[in-house]
Amino acid sequence: MKKDSAEKDLLYRSKFEIIEPYLYLLPFFLGVAVFTLYPVINVVLMSFQEDYSMLTRSFSGWGIGNYVKTLNDPNFWQAIRNTLHYVLLVVPISLVLSLIIANLLNQKLKGSAVYQSIFFLPMVTSVTAVGLAWKFMFNNRGVINYLLGFLGMKAIPWLRSAQGGAYNMTALVVFGIWNILPFTIILLLSGLQNIDPQYRIAAKVDAATNLRIFFRITVPLLAPTIFLVCIVNTISCFKVFSELYPLFGGNPGSMGNLYTVVYYIRTSMMQYQDYGVASAAALILFLFIFVFTMAQTGIRKITERRKVS
Amino acid sequence: MHVTLDHITKKFDDFTAVQDFSARLEDGELICLLGPSGCGKSTLLNMLSGIIPPSGGHIYFDEDDVTMMPPEKRGVGLVFQNYALYPHLTVLDNICFPLETQHVPKKERVEQAQEIAKLVHVDTLLKRRPGELSGGQQQRVAIARALIKNPRLLLLDEPLSNLDARLRLEMREEIRRIQQRTKVTSVFVTHDQEEALAISDRIILMKSGVVQQNDLPQRLYDSPANQFVANFLGNPPINNIPGVIRNGGFHAQGADSEIRLPLFEGLPEGRPVHLSIRAEAFSVEKDGPIEAQVERVYTMGKEEMACLRIGATEFRAYIDSEVGLTPGRNVQLNVRKRGVFVFDLESGEKLA
Repeated sequence: MKKDSAEKDLLYRSKFEIIEPYLYLLPFFLGVAVFTLYPVINVVLMSFQEDYSMLTRSFSGWGIGNYVKTLNDPNFWQAIRNTLHYVLLVVPISLVLSLIIANLLNQKLKGSAVYQSIFFLPMVTSVTAVGLAWKFMFNNRGVINYLLGFLGMKAIPWLRSAQGGAYNMTALVVFGIWNILPFTIILLLSGLQNIDPQYRIAAKVDAATNLRIFFRITVPLLAPTIFLVCIVNTISCFKVFSELYPLFGGNPGSMGNLYTVVYYIRTSMMQYQDYGVASAAALILFLFIFVFTMAQTGIRKITERRKVS
Repeated sequence: MHVTLDHITKKFDDFTAVQDFSARLEDGELICLLGPSGCGKSTLLNMLSGIIPPSGGHIYFDEDDVTMMPPEKRGVGLVFQNYALYPHLTVLDNICFPLETQHVPKKERVEQAQEIAKLVHVDTLLKRRPGELSGGQQQRVAIARALIKNPRLLLLDEPLSNLDARLRLEMREEIRRIQQRTKVTSVFVTHDQEEALAISDRIILMKSGVVQQNDLPQRLYDSPANQFVANFLGNPPINNIPGVIRNGGFHAQGADSEIRLPLFEGLPEGRPVHLSIRAEAFSVEKDGPIEAQVERVYTMGKEEMACLRIGATEFRAYIDSEVGLTPGRNVQLNVRKRGVFVFDLESGEKLA
């Protein structure tokens, strides 16, 4: 790379040649500016505007009123609790499951290609459409309760019932894991395939069991990918919404108690037309994600430093 | 431990990598598997370690049949071409790893590792990681890791090919020293004939999965079993002069003169052959039986490397620089007994 640019600097270039590459980048930058940068800046501004009116686009002044209002709303804290709950369940469980499945897929057994496509299927389906299918499966007389019946268990009111709060969350988490699994598996599988098979052979010759190879060799070598997966999944789980929406017919849980932060933002916006609160909640969510991601990166740096010293 | 390989064959689909290989490796010997790439030497090594099973034949460690025994049960130490040191573990943990799997207590592990690290001279590097070591140091660590479990058999798969020329020389002496200290039966795979000649007690030279010669290094050089062996060993490569035997004399292709050597006695009439002579076997002698034309001369210090010609064939000879050859002139040469052979032109079979 370095050598390349050094060589280029030796060549004479006309003014147009210098500008040319930026012209090619322009359409993309325009798109980003209009559809990403502008809305983001607007959200930040709106969150500090008091009494914003959508109709007149006017506001009474700048302040932190929206934040005060959001942080004093018990529904918001409910949403934060639910979201954290969801993140802390889905991220670790999906990571462990994906590690196991990716390892199996990496064994190059007969038919593993077929399994690969089956596992990756959720990636190419629409969450909302599949959510409806899961809704049927979680139904009182759905497949899941039918199978549980075989195990001698009573039907579980996954999606309804007055006392169904915990079950609601379970259903959401199961669906969430299913949804996130393929992407996680793809990342881990490509990480596994990048590990030199010689390490495995060397460990085998040194009489290591498969379990020891997995924990002592494979997982440490896979650590960078595992960290990446954790960060990406944490971010996407914090933004959980499209899994929730179809499962309960557009409601946040059967009791209306399964608010997630994004659902809260949406309700504030669409139902209460409170753009200020929605923007403030969005920024608070951003802060949460930021802190979590920084913490994960910090942990990673510490473990790496420990390795080097 | 001695190892017996009994009619080992390995086929991959319709490709035969190793064909009917039989050999006995004596206890404490360092054996070189030598041959060009694709000759089956690494395949053979992998069968000894148990990484791949043979298609036919048997392998015995002492008297035990280990043919189908998985690698983890064989107790062999393996040094990989690219070392395969675990990058996330320290040198100490790398060396300890084979003991870790045997559930040796940590204190004992570390003690043994320190001892073996001293033997291979990496005892000051124990806290580093493989990425912070030079190629030669990684090589030493890899050897330490292979040795720490007291292997019955030490296998080295082209261990020097990733090192630069000077380090290669140093490490091959090191491997020899360590092997003689530990007296472990060792198999060393290489395609470098010089390396093989320098390091081993015995060389098994292979070509296309078939053993060409299994002999002492010097014997391999001094009395090659066939044309391939003669060509493979020696630098510069042996001179092959094509010609025909007629009336007990050798007629080089395109030459009028006849070469008469005692060696040719009893050779079949009219047979197309190679007269193969090592470059160091020539000497200039006034009444020598070989007449050749001097083409070029390169000074090498104590001697000269001369490019000479007989008929249509150019060949190289080391000549004492005191002789003072002149390009364009003819010269009479004699040959020593050692380093002169006659091979069948077609089959490469040794005739004399």
